Amino acid sequence: MMMDLVIPLLAATVQSGTPILYATLGEIITEKSGVLNLGVEGIMIVGALTGFVVAKLTGNPALAFLAAGLAGTATASIHGLVCLVFQGNQVVSGLALTILGVGFANYLGSPFVGQSAPGFSPWAIPYLSEIPAIGPIFFNHDPLVYITYCIPPLLWFFFYFSRYGLGLRAVGENPGAAKAAGLNVILYRWAGILGGGFFMGLGGAYLSLAYTHLWTNNMTAGRGWIAVALVIFAFWRPGRAVFGAYLFGGIMSLQLRLQATGTQVPSSLLLMLPYILTIVVLVLSSWKKGKSEAPAALGVNAKPAD
Amino acid sequence: MFRLKIIKRQEPLGWRSCLVVFGAVFLSLTFSALLLALRGTPPLQGISVLIEGAFGSRWALEDCLLKAIPIFLCSLGVAIAFRLQIWNIGAEGQFCLGAVGATWIALSFPGQPAWFLLPAMIFMAVVAGGIWGLIPAVLRQKMQTNEIIVSLMMNYIAILILDYLVYGIWKDPTSFGFPMTPEFSEGAIVGKIGSTSINWGLLHCIILAAAVWVFFRYTKLGFELKASGDSVKAARYAGLPYDKLVFLVMILSGALAGWAGFIEASATINRLQPSIMVGYGYTAIVVAWLASLNPLYIGIASFLLAGLRVGVENLQLDLQVPAAFGGIMEGLILLTVLAGGFFIHYRLSLVRKK
Repeated sequence: MMMDLVIPLLAATVQSGTPILYATLGEIITEKSGVLNLGVEGIMIVGALTGFVVAKLTGNPALAFLAAGLAGTATASIHGLVCLVFQGNQVVSGLALTILGVGFANYLGSPFVGQSAPGFSPWAIPYLSEIPAIGPIFFNHDPLVYITYCIPPLLWFFFYFSRYGLGLRAVGENPGAAKAAGLNVILYRWAGILGGGFFMGLGGAYLSLAYTHLWTNNMTAGRGWIAVALVIFAFWRPGRAVFGAYLFGGIMSLQLRLQATGTQVPSSLLLMLPYILTIVVLVLSSWKKGKSEAPAALGVNAKPAD
Repeated sequence: MFRLKIIKRQEPLGWRSCLVVFGAVFLSLTFSALLLALRGTPPLQGISVLIEGAFGSRWALEDCLLKAIPIFLCSLGVAIAFRLQIWNIGAEGQFCLGAVGATWIALSFPGQPAWFLLPAMIFMAVVAGGIWGLIPAVLRQKMQTNEIIVSLMMNYIAILILDYLVYGIWKDPTSFGFPMTPEFSEGAIVGKIGSTSINWGLLHCIILAAAVWVFFRYTKLGFELKASGDSVKAARYAGLPYDKLVFLVMILSGALAGWAGFIEASATINRLQPSIMVGYGYTAIVVAWLASLNPLYIGIASFLLAGLRVGVENLQLDLQVPAAFGGIMEGLILLTVLAGGFFIHYRLSLVRKK
């Protein structure tokens, strides 16, 4: 009886954690290069809209998903332009990008509100999905969830065992030394911003192509900001990001379940849970550990060479 | 062959930095016009409806001033925090809690005279906003928690508290199920100036701005704050109580936003309802940055961005452009001004490649 309740809840946890996971991994890539991008929320929602519109026009969800990633890259490139080329403040640029992105998506998305588009549906992996408990929780989802199982190990390998990953981290830790070693700091940071933006766009598209097949205003509802917080919680490590994203997926699906069961607790108090959890998680992970895990040059622009 | 070279300016740009702002606004208007065209609105007509709707009539100008009041107070608070390099993104939530605090007093003592109610409402709004601002500051100084994310999360929480109250225990039994509190009694309402639609909140803005200016200019504490803002390390070295300064700044910042919430609830809508939250707290951040944190410029920028809101409302009525268009323009203006700042510090010159 208990298992009948817990297993669907955990399966829902994986699903609602997935968009946050995509975005968190994207922000990790960007921050590793020393660039703080607070525009995640705006980039995600542009990705969500792009995915939705492309799926509606072409009927091809896979193409839509890819287009959403590219839209994320394009949106993030504004942050690159302002911060890398024009030396703008990274915090303010990110905030402005969020305001712009949310406005842009709600503006162009207004004719589509409440409409639906073709998206991804669950596809159980043969054999694996038949394993008791593990199967239904992890291997009975849409393909976009399975993709997230592969990214963290690949990213981990990329950061710690590949030349370019090492270069990216070097540029984020000490751009001066990286430059002296012959690395092109600005080029690496562009890569960090554009690559990160791609994943943020994918995270947004997950919301409109798999989590729901609908378009609504303000679809991301703060998930981009939660992703920024999770990067700190994850100590900039892809593996821990998975754990963090599922923690939030858990609280979100729990809150939905509680609302559905018609509990006495008012829904506005339940809706607060993810935001309160974000603060709690941040406090716990920052306390004592401080900022020691962050890339040392995070948020600091590299001065233009004269 | 020629190549672009970036050269640091030896002297500040002075009055010509105005040109940068004009250029940035012009560029933003151009992009916005393109976006209007993309959705099938005639772009030139759209921009002219926007500008005329904002500044073209006495009624419109009064509406601009009315909306500029809460934006100005929130922005003043945001600027105080930004000056100490504390990234308070939470003006929206502090504004919300201020409105909730003021409403609590108004609903608890209905029918009391204004000389009692208004000061009590201001006090409660300032305390509630101040506490909402203090929480991220304490977490930042004591637990090394990122204040950007905490203050932002507290915006979401504040709005849900407001929802909880107006959908629940504060709901007006005669509102036919609409989420709103009963209308405030007469003593709890800040009145209008003469025959205009502008309320006396405008006077609050002037007094508070003067107080902030005097505080930074003439008091020791204000001087310490300015010094710490210029260099945190130097301030610590000089033995300034940095933690306490951060707390103070965030309380002030939150209190000003809370005051704005009081004015909005009391003077503008005379009750509390979810539609009070229209994003003034986020516009305030744009304003503070556009005005380079200077109180006088904040006044001007608040008026202009309030004008943008009024203009967009007009666009919505006349040409059915979605309200989100205002967010696009705010974001564009901030991004282009931010990028334009580059030309204040650097210049480009063509040099011959050897």
